[in-house]
Amino acid sequence: MLELKNISKTFNPKTVFEKVALDHIDLTVNDGDFISIIGANGAGKSTLFNAICGSFLTDSGSIRLDGQDITLMADHKRARMIGRLFQDPMRGSAPGMSIEENLALAAGHGGWLSKVSKADKQLFRERLSLLGMGLEDRMNQPVGLLSGGQRQALTLLMSTFNPPKLLLLDEHTAALDPATAEKVLALTESIVKDNHLTCMMITHNMQSALDLGNRTIMMHKGKIIYDVAGQEREGLKVSDLLAQFKIAAGKELDNDRMMLV
Amino acid sequence: MITTILGLGATALELGLISSLTVLALFLSYSMLNVCDLSTDGCFTLGAAVGAVVALAGHPYLSIFAAMGAGILSGFVTAILQTKMGIDSLLSGIIVNTGLYSINIAIMGGSSLLNMNKTDTIFTKAKTLLSDTFMSTQYRLVVVIVIVAVVVAAMTWFLKTRIGLSIRATGNNPDMVKSSSINPVYTTIIGLCLSNSLTALSGCLLAQSQKSVNITIGSGMVTIALASLLIGNAFMGKGGIGKRAIGAVLGAFIFRLVYTIALRFNLAAYMLKLVSSVIVIIAISGPYFKKRLPEFKRMREAKKGARNA
Repeated sequence: MLELKNISKTFNPKTVFEKVALDHIDLTVNDGDFISIIGANGAGKSTLFNAICGSFLTDSGSIRLDGQDITLMADHKRARMIGRLFQDPMRGSAPGMSIEENLALAAGHGGWLSKVSKADKQLFRERLSLLGMGLEDRMNQPVGLLSGGQRQALTLLMSTFNPPKLLLLDEHTAALDPATAEKVLALTESIVKDNHLTCMMITHNMQSALDLGNRTIMMHKGKIIYDVAGQEREGLKVSDLLAQFKIAAGKELDNDRMMLV
Repeated sequence: MITTILGLGATALELGLISSLTVLALFLSYSMLNVCDLSTDGCFTLGAAVGAVVALAGHPYLSIFAAMGAGILSGFVTAILQTKMGIDSLLSGIIVNTGLYSINIAIMGGSSLLNMNKTDTIFTKAKTLLSDTFMSTQYRLVVVIVIVAVVVAAMTWFLKTRIGLSIRATGNNPDMVKSSSINPVYTTIIGLCLSNSLTALSGCLLAQSQKSVNITIGSGMVTIALASLLIGNAFMGKGGIGKRAIGAVLGAFIFRLVYTIALRFNLAAYMLKLVSSVIVIIAISGPYFKKRLPEFKRMREAKKGARNA
């Protein structure tokens, strides 16, 4: 499904600010995988997503998605196959435009000079009602009026409107209050399940890293230091993860936002 | 007295409507695309020069389209500089503006002034066409009203199409445009080409209306248009795209009206540009100070409290 081979990225090379963000990463994601990714601050988790999405060109290696080499493909073209949600709920939608207009862009139906059709409006209403937030009755309101949780839910809907091959979630519930975060996470699970999406999720919550998905990856200093799936993962506890980290990284896991319980 | 006021109103309406096309251009580039296009002055003159040269060659109708085509080219260059060549968007506009000065004089055959006193223009054509109708005296206004109405309708329609939505989103949240698989480079190029075609059309109409082109015809246009846009925003800034586009036209008219009245009360003509600068300053910094007003109040109270203590 997704195949990363020998991916490296160094920022500010040959300066005092040199930072090896990704260090010869090899990773194969299987069709239907739901991978949770954990790691300390600056471990390279978001950089890994940036590399997959094409925010920059990697220094070495190749990226294949569904058999297609996308190493050199422009980011907006990859976006057709890869959906992504950020921690910041404001990043995924245009605040000055209405919910309907945002969805119309995400749906991308029709030619360049076509307008939002009646059928599309009906489709948007149906999809919005699945969120259970009453947004289907506010389609003409600007997105800027929505709360963080509503905006993140809308972004989730937008980035999966045309089901992508791969969905990348970058701590997408971290900026929300606990109740809303839980709701958005439940929505994520159901959307991923209904559309049979392959998904990678960065999280700072060790427990949900183990509860969600079928595979967990731990990153440290630009490397994948632990990769667990299947039976071995089933009995795993948070304390086991921490112990694993200490073995692989040679020190305690420190992440100022990490939730250990 | 009444006829004087009506006369003033008609002049302000005609000039306001002509410059409203530049205001609509900025509505597209500044309000929608979030690009402050500083090539506006040069592009306005470009439209005037190209329109005049083609009209002088005996093609009054073609002159309109030639001017718009030249505007599209100019916008294309500005857009390429900022999207493909790593030049900051403000700087791109300034560079193109400077380059256009030479190009405009070259188009005008090395002269900085062209006269169209005996030339067939879109306005003289309209005069002949409308000579037997009730609109015969207001033929100039008719031409301008028709063109502005068509442009407003087309823009309202365009900004609701998929490409129009993409252009609006590019100014609003470029990240989101990319994640919708749309190339923001593409939307910026389209947006600037269209907006500059309107700027050039505006210049072309002004030149043909006053029957001459001077190389300085466009100088300060960007500030004047911005002032008009912000005035329009104050009246009709909230609401749908159509309402805001009409607001832009209204702003251009109000600006001209106020200015024409000021001229009537012996304000020197050269003050126009200072007035437009002041309007832009007030319109942009006003909301900023309004937002910070509670802070200022608090600071003043704190100072007062410190003195009393």
